[in-house]
Amino acid sequence: MPKGMFIDTTICTGCKSCQVACKQWNGLSAEPAHFGRKPGVSYPVAHNFTGDSYDNTGSLSATDWRHVRFVEQIDEPRTQKRWLFSSDSCKHCTDAGCLNACPTKAIQRTDLGNVVVQQDTCIGCKFCIPSCPYGVISFSEETGTARKCTLCNDRIHNGLGTACAKACPTGSIRFGEVADLRKRADARVAQLKSKGEKAQVYGYDEADGLNVFYLFVDGPKVYGQPEHPIVPQRRLVLCSLVTILTALGIGAAALVSFRERLNGTSEEGRHES
Amino acid sequence: MKLSRRKFLKVTSGVVGGGVAAELGLLGVNTAAAAAKANKVPIKKGKQVPSICPYCAVGCGQIVTVSDAGEIVDIQGNPDSPINQGTLCPKGSATFQLVKNEERWTTVKYRAPGSDRWEEKPLDWAMHRIAELTRKTRDANFNEFQDLPDGKGGTVKKRVMNTYALASLGGATMDNEWNYLHQKLMHGLGVVYLENQARI
Amino acid sequence: MGSNMAECHPVAFRWPLKARTDHDAVLMHVDPRFTRTSAACDVHVPIRAGSDIVFLGAIINHVINSKRWNEDPFFREYVVNYTNAATLVNPEFKDTEELNGVFSGLAPNGKSYANASWSYQRNAAPAKGKGGLGPFSDLLLQQVPGRPKTDPSLQDPQCVFQIIKRHFARYTPDLVGRVCGCTPEQFLKVADTLLNNSGRDRTSNITYAVGWTQHTVGVQIIRAAAMLQALLGNIGRPGGGVLALRGHATIQGSTDIATLYHSLPAYLNMPDGRKNHETLKDFILTEAGPVATSYWGNYPKFAVSYFKAQYGAAATAENDYGYNYHPRITGDHSHMPMMLDMAAGKIKGFFVMGQNPAVGGQNARLQRKALAKLDWMVVRDYFETETAAFWRNSPEVLSGELKPADIKTEVFFLPAAAVAEMEGSFTNTQRLLQQHDKAADPPGDARSDSWFTYRLGKLLKEMYRDSPLELDWGIKNLAWDYDPEPKEVAPWRIKDEPSAYKLLKEINGYTVADQKPLATFANLKEDGSTICGAWIYTGVVPEEGKNNAARRKPDDWISPNWGFAWPANRHIMYNRASADSQGNPWSEAKKLIYWDPAADSGTKDPAGNPVKGKWVAPSGEGIDFQPTKAPGFIGKDAALGFDWLSGNDAFIMRPDGKAWLFVPAGLVDGPLPTHYEPYESPVKNLVYQQQVNPVAKVWQVNGNSYHAVADPKFPIVVSTYRLTEHHLSGTMSRWLPWLAELMPELFCEISPELAQEKGIKNAEYVTIHTARGEIQARALVTRRMKPFTIDGKKVHEIGIPWHWGWQGNAAGDVANDLVAMVGDPNVSIHEGKVFTCDIRAGRKGGRI
Repeated sequence: MPKGMFIDTTICTGCKSCQVACKQWNGLSAEPAHFGRKPGVSYPVAHNFTGDSYDNTGSLSATDWRHVRFVEQIDEPRTQKRWLFSSDSCKHCTDAGCLNACPTKAIQRTDLGNVVVQQDTCIGCKFCIPSCPYGVISFSEETGTARKCTLCNDRIHNGLGTACAKACPTGSIRFGEVADLRKRADARVAQLKSKGEKAQVYGYDEADGLNVFYLFVDGPKVYGQPEHPIVPQRRLVLCSLVTILTALGIGAAALVSFRERLNGTSEEGRHES
Repeated sequence: MKLSRRKFLKVTSGVVGGGVAAELGLLGVNTAAAAAKANKVPIKKGKQVPSICPYCAVGCGQIVTVSDAGEIVDIQGNPDSPINQGTLCPKGSATFQLVKNEERWTTVKYRAPGSDRWEEKPLDWAMHRIAELTRKTRDANFNEFQDLPDGKGGTVKKRVMNTYALASLGGATMDNEWNYLHQKLMHGLGVVYLENQARI
Repeated sequence: MGSNMAECHPVAFRWPLKARTDHDAVLMHVDPRFTRTSAACDVHVPIRAGSDIVFLGAIINHVINSKRWNEDPFFREYVVNYTNAATLVNPEFKDTEELNGVFSGLAPNGKSYANASWSYQRNAAPAKGKGGLGPFSDLLLQQVPGRPKTDPSLQDPQCVFQIIKRHFARYTPDLVGRVCGCTPEQFLKVADTLLNNSGRDRTSNITYAVGWTQHTVGVQIIRAAAMLQALLGNIGRPGGGVLALRGHATIQGSTDIATLYHSLPAYLNMPDGRKNHETLKDFILTEAGPVATSYWGNYPKFAVSYFKAQYGAAATAENDYGYNYHPRITGDHSHMPMMLDMAAGKIKGFFVMGQNPAVGGQNARLQRKALAKLDWMVVRDYFETETAAFWRNSPEVLSGELKPADIKTEVFFLPAAAVAEMEGSFTNTQRLLQQHDKAADPPGDARSDSWFTYRLGKLLKEMYRDSPLELDWGIKNLAWDYDPEPKEVAPWRIKDEPSAYKLLKEINGYTVADQKPLATFANLKEDGSTICGAWIYTGVVPEEGKNNAARRKPDDWISPNWGFAWPANRHIMYNRASADSQGNPWSEAKKLIYWDPAADSGTKDPAGNPVKGKWVAPSGEGIDFQPTKAPGFIGKDAALGFDWLSGNDAFIMRPDGKAWLFVPAGLVDGPLPTHYEPYESPVKNLVYQQQVNPVAKVWQVNGNSYHAVADPKFPIVVSTYRLTEHHLSGTMSRWLPWLAELMPELFCEISPELAQEKGIKNAEYVTIHTARGEIQARALVTRRMKPFTIDGKKVHEIGIPWHWGWQGNAAGDVANDLVAMVGDPNVSIHEGKVFTCDIRAGRKGGRI
């Protein structure tokens, strides 16, 4: 019985508790790239202000296994006002591109359906990175391995929920059996639709079903998710190309642009104001 | 970059899995059966200590997990609390890093008048020095009586038993017990400049 | 209103959000900015900062003239029985309508009010009571005034209701549109939703935070909300009330057990050299006299028990329980005057514990410079705060304005224990005391705050041990014995932490004779036989060894067995009002406490027969009323406290037992909320000729200049505020990399319209300045900010979070450098939520 998470973005308040709770539980540091040196002090000082609403961490990374996206949708006369928040992480896809791409089988699916990069067998080849249609996996310079959300593998194998779901103050992130969560999601969609709101679940069909799925009140692109995610083994040419480029050590730039596109950072709706 | 990265890792090391045992106790999970299913689950045994979040005034319950060595290894929301039911905001979720933090100062620092640097000093020395300064400042600036308006345009000598030379600020982040103790001492000394964050 | 709950109290916001998703509750946010709270609400109405009283006053006007309010008997029954709407006011009283924006009693210099004309009309004083209550209570009994005159039909032109009706008549939807800058339709949506969701079956809650307190009319804004809730029957009932969301773990506790200049623990006033407080008798009669017909009739017990706690065995009836040796205040010694006196060199030694005025202080630049005038300063904290480091790397030192060599301040930094490293209790924003246990010893020389104060006290008491001087009597005789029992410190390395239990027991109170804890404040005495640090906390240690703050049994509603809510575990104050005038629940849906005429009261009549009837609370909620007083009980005229109050006098802390729509005494700036413009405003007051609160606290001193009304040099309105990701002055968040990266740098929220006018680009630097200071910040250009049109004039607003300082993993300029010291006249809280400034593109010094 696969476990997963349902993220009801309509009750997310963008507090980012999930990001911090994830870091505490999983022993993740703050993202080193967010910090620099300041004259006269021995400690690092953050310099990652983006100006992109209240989002300063920008994307998922080897140390940011969760990321909250902020989308301001306000028209000029301020008659229509929405500020959408969406807490993102690995989706633990049924058809997981990363799992198929891993040459050492370091990436495994457990009996609970979550997809885990086993750190002791990962060789850091980075093949998995472009294979994820969501840009979830990142390479950690610190550990020399690929890293991402494990669905709190240790917790869920001990009868606990994920750290992010536990911390979430509003219940926007729910952990449980995927089947149960789908019932909850369907009920919530029906409730919102009865009030005349546009609501849809993202993740029932994508990648053969995502164990971590979302309730959106706008198109997936607005939330930075691909409308039709393409799992790379169905695009072997691109996959191989990227693999080769990576192997040649010149793929970094390509990877970045690839990931940015997948992250949807330039999609419509991101910069309303 | 490399330096800072290492520092961060140090700051956050030793957390992994720290709270599993903690929560198992709370949730009544059969650890033996669950552990048998797990692939790799680092479980640290720990004592659970109920606590309260140090940040805002909502009063979320926390569970602090302490290792056998007496080290705090995990802090997270207390599922029993009717206020937060196990949840925490980002500040509350970060409480562990407030306690276990490389930049936290754990020794007494002293800056002499006119100096351009801190010096480390023994705690006991500092306490005696502070007590002596408190006494001297108070005694040199104590008012038993003061001329105050009599309400008719003139003044009248009134008993005031105070000093305006000592001041104290802070209290909203400390314990009720401290607030009680501190107001008692300040009133014992005659201090009237006694304030805390409630004024802000 | 006045709160950004989702951002500043995210976990508390769990509950309204749950009410919205599970029970279709309507959430409305009235705020200048569109925040994360607004995003989660059904309705967001933007209003110009500082226009709250117009908005609330107009709701009051709308409500009391509405069909629903006038036709549903619920409102009339609640208001006539539980508020002072029917009470007649002195015919001398003149309203702002008659005096162009001020009330009767304003002194000729316009700086203070005499409140005699705001008083009630009263019947003749009763025949003197027979006494025998106690030495001080008997004197109070001689002073009891006649009962207030009332007109329950609410028709008398001098009754409070008619005064309110006239006072708010000009607060119309149209005026809201002109002054607040929202549309009348937006206003009506809020007013009608509130009205339609209040009544017998439904209650509505108003939540605020420092968005209301930090104004020169802060107290009156909150008053307006309280009036509205009283008029709507929303006080003392589940789901109702005016909820203050406070900002620190025990800011409520530090107000209750006040480390505040004006207050002794448990809301007794500080002895004051300016008042008739010469002796303990004078103090009690002056303070308790006007309120002795409320539960404050027990003031003598509270006061004597406090002085007994202070001086122990040395406090005797003969020496007035040591009253003569207790300090008196002589003026406003609050935070702002404190720092101004420090800047003037009057203050020599300074303890700063867990607070960071170099960042968090109003006009922070002035406050930092004041620190340089001290002889010595003790800072206790976790990190090297900006306050601790002011002499080393403050902006003033870096600019050369101050030189370390010239700063003679001797500075001590003492490391503090974290919450998890000490035992004690916090009182949360709902008055709930909760215990935190000690999990580990603090590292190195870090110690608990109580350790510091206890140790300092011990050293000082040793120094004064043999002093024969009167002026040293207070410290010499201070009761100071909180050494821990061996078992309390057995597990720990640090053996000399004071006993948190002994402290809490003294706060709770105990009998002198056998040291037994008092189970209830009803057991306090005025003869020196009880000791009690803070009477409102009595019951937290009801018996030896039992700590109710450490109770941890939750349930699915009020959770009476989780912690301890003062007073007497009452979670909803004035909950007598949750039942109607006959004592029946207003409705099944809103049932809380009610009168059960069949229940055995546990008392017997003179003939020895059991007396039937008592108040009951199936939820376990504490009953905030005399438990056996029947709804129809008529109070005695010549009596104190509960004996004076009648069966419908739900508001037991008020001397007339009623919620005060009109405040006859206790406020210094008028009996009714009235719109005044913020002290600094780009517009003239459109409601009255009087521009600002006439009695606002102002300090005309160097470095604290104010901007004139509509000053063209400072045309932009600015608010300061907080974010979810940081805490206050940042000491507890900017040193945490996990939080620092979430909100790394100081920024300023600006509307695209203003950005365009000023040539400001998103994410680039801007410089904001006022007459007090200049700071730079990154621009966050967003439509969540909007310009307002106020009486035809465009008014821009910007917003700046104030968490940053120059130390820590997230660093930035100090927003409070911009803020003026100007304050509410009742409570001396500064006006940080609205003042004026100017903004330009680029960094300080002209760099881009």
